[in-house]
Amino acid sequence: MKLELSRVVQGCRLGVLTGLGRAGQHSLEVPGCLLYTRCGSVPHLTQDTLHTLKNLPSVTQLTLDTLAEHQEVLEEFKEGAGKFAGLHDTVLYCSLHDPATSSPTGHITNKTVSVWGSGGRIALSVAKFMALQKAVRPDLYHSMADGETWPGNVSRKRVRKSVDRTLAHLDECLLLHHRTQELAGVEVLGVVEGGDVLEERVRSARETAKRPVGGFCLDGFHSAAMDQNLRTQLIATTVKELPEDKPRLLQGVGRPDHVLSCVEVGVDLFEGFFPFQVTERGCALIFAFDIATDPEAAGTGPQAPPTARCVPEAPVDSRIVGELDDDKPEADVVENNGPGYQEDQTKMTPFEINLKDKRYRDDFGPLVEGCGCYCCRNHQRAYLHHLLMTNELLAGVLLMLHNTAHYCAFFTALRVALASDRLEHLKKRVLMGQARG
Amino acid sequence: MAAPILREAELDIGMSLKKAVSTVSPLALRILAECPVTKARACDLTLPHCTVNTPVFMPVGTQGTMKGITVDQLDELGCQICLGNTYHLGMRPGPELIEKANGLHGFMNWKRNLLTDSGGFQMVSLVELSEVTEEGVKFKSPYDGKEILLSPEQSIAIQNSLGSDIMMQLDDVVSSTVSGPRVEEAMWRSIRWLDRCIGANKNPDRQNLFAIIQGGLSAELRKTCLDEMTKRDVPGFAIGGLSGGEEKDDFWRMVTLSTDHLPRQKPRYLMGVGYAVDLVVCVALGCDMFDCVFPTRTARFGSALVPWGSLTITKKQFAKDPQPIDPDCQCPTCLRHSRAYLHALFKSDTAAMHHITIHNISYQLTLMRSVRQSIIDGCFPDFVRTFMKRMFPSPEQYPSWAVDALATVSITLE
Ligand SMILES: [Zn+2]
Ligand SMILES: [Zn+2]
Repeated sequence: MKLELSRVVQGCRLGVLTGLGRAGQHSLEVPGCLLYTRCGSVPHLTQDTLHTLKNLPSVTQLTLDTLAEHQEVLEEFKEGAGKFAGLHDTVLYCSLHDPATSSPTGHITNKTVSVWGSGGRIALSVAKFMALQKAVRPDLYHSMADGETWPGNVSRKRVRKSVDRTLAHLDECLLLHHRTQELAGVEVLGVVEGGDVLEERVRSARETAKRPVGGFCLDGFHSAAMDQNLRTQLIATTVKELPEDKPRLLQGVGRPDHVLSCVEVGVDLFEGFFPFQVTERGCALIFAFDIATDPEAAGTGPQAPPTARCVPEAPVDSRIVGELDDDKPEADVVENNGPGYQEDQTKMTPFEINLKDKRYRDDFGPLVEGCGCYCCRNHQRAYLHHLLMTNELLAGVLLMLHNTAHYCAFFTALRVALASDRLEHLKKRVLMGQARG
Repeated sequence: MAAPILREAELDIGMSLKKAVSTVSPLALRILAECPVTKARACDLTLPHCTVNTPVFMPVGTQGTMKGITVDQLDELGCQICLGNTYHLGMRPGPELIEKANGLHGFMNWKRNLLTDSGGFQMVSLVELSEVTEEGVKFKSPYDGKEILLSPEQSIAIQNSLGSDIMMQLDDVVSSTVSGPRVEEAMWRSIRWLDRCIGANKNPDRQNLFAIIQGGLSAELRKTCLDEMTKRDVPGFAIGGLSGGEEKDDFWRMVTLSTDHLPRQKPRYLMGVGYAVDLVVCVALGCDMFDCVFPTRTARFGSALVPWGSLTITKKQFAKDPQPIDPDCQCPTCLRHSRAYLHALFKSDTAAMHHITIHNISYQLTLMRSVRQSIIDGCFPDFVRTFMKRMFPSPEQYPSWAVDALATVSITLE
């Protein structure tokens, strides 16, 4: 695995990750996102529906949260989770947690972390974690990590412990990794912890970078854990400790505005779970990212740029899409850090429309005019409204197709913007033209 | 003495209706082959959106969607006609909206044929507060509590808005376990309602209206209903009021009585039938079209249909089973996924249901294609024998009603 950076613009790294997969034949452009799955399937989709989409990410994310309970089955199967799930011709990345769901906290010990499957909690020691990797047979995975460092309710001491444990787990994982024949040629990403404590972030990054890892996972920055300003400040300082030539994958961040800010402080990769979350709340991504036209001339009108307070405070149904609540003091959000902050994962963002809204009942347009996805080529907003109102399973299928396509296209647009020095242009477009649908 | 009078009346009605329906119905039935032994037949049924190869199983897409399957997937499975439910669609999103979307075809973007029911059956079975009068079926909307009357005219008006290729008349539905004067009343009323439906059809040039034979489990009433309804110049007939919990022995006798008296040149649709054995037996008895929610509903509970019965994929015994659902099945699910994977996926995602729904629809359609081919090849009786042998572990387990029914059309099972 090799990261070839073609240019760095305003802190953004444009390039390509090559030599992916066991035969090294795959590559992934950065900044980019991974394909989100649960138990090896993109939620709601069969392979036939998924492959109506072009330009899917070349790396698929598997999670131990959804696979650990099948360890015995995978061990007997012997050919790995990719083959088990009928996934062909894709690079497999295995993470510990499912980024779209939050696990209960308080189950981490010095020697174990826990994942939560359909049958409940499964405690993983390093040995079990590595046995799982051996059974899953990914092309890359991140080492076992203690990521319970949410600011607000976690002490500095706890954060330090998380960094220590995660480094210890990494050393143990690497040791076992090199002893495991089946994992030859598989890349390991080291996990950088440290919560919201800058010194701990720096220490974690510095120490992890000393280990023979293929790249880095930045953990504990997820949307639920902290405010965007704090996140970018911490990341900016953290990545200074990381080598330039290795990829940095940010866990748990998916909103387009957050993605843009994080790319500007040197993040390369994101997990692709955001379209799934949007789908689950019956919404469709509609934010603009085309930079062919001038954003100011495109008639988007003056709107406040999004900040953390763009998270709608009102219940989704009563909220007028695209209207930002300017009166809300930003401090509220910061104070909300901790378990209460969780909420925003299920709430609408300004980048989407709620198809359950009455206004779409007789809207015979596609979700996004000009979108080439299967849903937009074949169906109208009114039909999606009907499917959602009648709780039909096809709603999830069609929304997942569109949201995945839209999100992937956003990353493509981001790379094009970086390549052609039009990042500011794209940012304006994304941040100002939200949810005009 | 009564007979000549009846015949006169018959002539009269026939003439007047033929005048009223001047347009040629948008349906053509070409009989390709008739089994020399049984009453089975293979036909090409040409409808406005495409030709349907019969015998055919029609999957049910109640609310304008096939349970998580895209229209392209359904099309790729070879589905040429599927169902929509008038009651559900009439409630949500309503006929006006669907008409604006260019009918149900436009609304769900389905390029093949659609059949819609009258809405009456759902109303009687789903809505508690329904009352049947000569006017129609009265019920309270479960959404806003408003009292609504579904008259024959109203049912056809909704189905005209939906734009289905085949519409069903509103019939007076009585549970097949009820007997006595109510059954006779319902039968006569269904005949009167048929005439009102024929008169109400605004699009006889684009939409076919099928009559529904009623009469409960009484041979006499069925025969009367058949005599009356076949006088009307409708493009097709359905056999209704069955498949509602009656004894199988009563069921097949009513089916075979109906096909004995239905005109050869018109399609025969047996409503609500979809179990594999029932399909095969009723094809032998002369039915062309079938529908049932069973294959798609059971899929959502993890039950996959196979030539030897069904597999409940969620059962622990499949957790490590590397085989596809049916090693001989060519559906997209069986070509890619093992029982073990489907078992695992069932714990985390709805896509598991979609995989089984696809397989089950494919199973039904493939079964009917094989039935059809055997009729065309002149070896349908052998097909039936092989089918039964595969479905049941031993001949002792053959259901006696199926053995009896098949015997009446000269198929003897070992
Ligand atoms: Zn789209
Ligand atoms: Zn199959």
